[in-house]
Amino acid sequence: MIQFDHLKKSYGTGADAHEVLHDINLTIEDGEVFGFLGSSGAGKSTLVRTINLLERPTEGKVIIDGADVSHVSGRDLAELRTKIGMIFQDFNLFQQRTVLRNVTFPLELAHRPKAQRIERGRRLLRLVGLEGFEDRYPSQLSGGQQQRVAIARALANEPKIMLCDEATSALDSTTTVQILDLLRRINRELGVTLVIITHSLSVARNICDRVAMIDGGNIVEVGETAELFANPQSDILKALIASANEQNGRDEETVERAENEKKGR
Amino acid sequence: MGQIVSQFIADYGELLLEGTRDTLIMTTVSTLLAYVIGVPLGVLLTITGPKSILPNRPLNTVLGWIVNIGRSIPFIILLVAIIPFTRLLVGTSLGVQGAMVPLVISAAPFVARVVEQSLADVDGGLIEAAQSFGASNWQIVTKVLLFESLPSLVRGAAITFINLFGYSAMAGTVGAGGLGDIAIRYGYQRYQYDVMLVAVILSVVLVQVIQSFGDWFAARIDHHAR
Repeated sequence: MIQFDHLKKSYGTGADAHEVLHDINLTIEDGEVFGFLGSSGAGKSTLVRTINLLERPTEGKVIIDGADVSHVSGRDLAELRTKIGMIFQDFNLFQQRTVLRNVTFPLELAHRPKAQRIERGRRLLRLVGLEGFEDRYPSQLSGGQQQRVAIARALANEPKIMLCDEATSALDSTTTVQILDLLRRINRELGVTLVIITHSLSVARNICDRVAMIDGGNIVEVGETAELFANPQSDILKALIASANEQNGRDEETVERAENEKKGR
Repeated sequence: MGQIVSQFIADYGELLLEGTRDTLIMTTVSTLLAYVIGVPLGVLLTITGPKSILPNRPLNTVLGWIVNIGRSIPFIILLVAIIPFTRLLVGTSLGVQGAMVPLVISAAPFVARVVEQSLADVDGGLIEAAQSFGASNWQIVTKVLLFESLPSLVRGAAITFINLFGYSAMAGTVGAGGLGDIAIRYGYQRYQYDVMLVAVILSVVLVQVIQSFGDWFAARIDHHAR
């Protein structure tokens, strides 16, 4: 369970201080797929990064499984981070390491024996559907394959929580669906709690059990995904849904026109 | 023609061979030692930078000054200026040993900048990813910054080596020998242009070979997307 308790985050000090997260209170349950939806600069990335303390809260607490982690450091911080996997928009794979050595990187950091690293690395690659890719380099893979490697790497320490920062934003729509399916499977089969950051309504709708709409450093509404999208309360979410519907309409028109042209020929 | 060549080799072959050997020893050893000092300096310059893993403005500024001062002193001046220090360190200010001290001191700040440049090209996202898996700062330096920039570091080492190759010509002024020294003594002071020409050609060939090897090796170990 992840709890934010009166969490605030500011950059700078004194007169230059600039608060980017205002009094966040929220609980994410074990095993759920929780989405933070918002436009860029809304604060969703900063908020999610307080979970593994890539960002330190300025005030308030982050509580994981009942323990306040806001101030942990040194070995305890490293230990905490091994329980939280993370994947990124640009994959962030190590270019000079093979696929297998990318996946086993977190185990290498923890000084695990080599045989164990290789065994687990191979198993994880099988899980994400990349058996036989062990000795390739990231530059030889497609975007979707690279994100699969990143997912395997994030699972190396058998984390209970996985943070997904715009994990499908650099991918085309078909690949996005495949990656979301894989994430769903990891959530169901391994019981990993997923925390999803996205600006995309369709990603949120596709995978999230619950969604929090973030705007200007505040959570403006939270709810079960279907319910929230059927009955949005905030202006920002209403606007987002309206523009998405319009976009869908346009897409359908385009498809229709293309089909008519085909028939005409 | 054949007779001229064999006569030339008989007269100067040994001299030129010795010169080549001295140049290569001087350059190789001082490059290695310059890296022993320059890599930690370059790493410190990088990680104490404003957006890196151990931001430390005062230390970063002071290191920057030291490196800039080191780089702004002309080699020939440095060579003479630090003679007392050189004597203290290796017991003599003459010969290959005496030349190596100023070569290392002048190359180390250069190496620091070259290394800093290579490390700066490592994507910040990789550092964040490593941190998210619990990497310590030491692990980030060794397993991310240095490891990911290895091809770029190799290219930098070739540049450094060739720079020192050039500087080592001036080391002849303290009797260190080498190809550059031969070219100056025979060509400039004795008007024996044939010896000078061969010494220069040997230098050109050596530099070409080293650069090509550096490029080839860097390309071989480089797995970044083009």
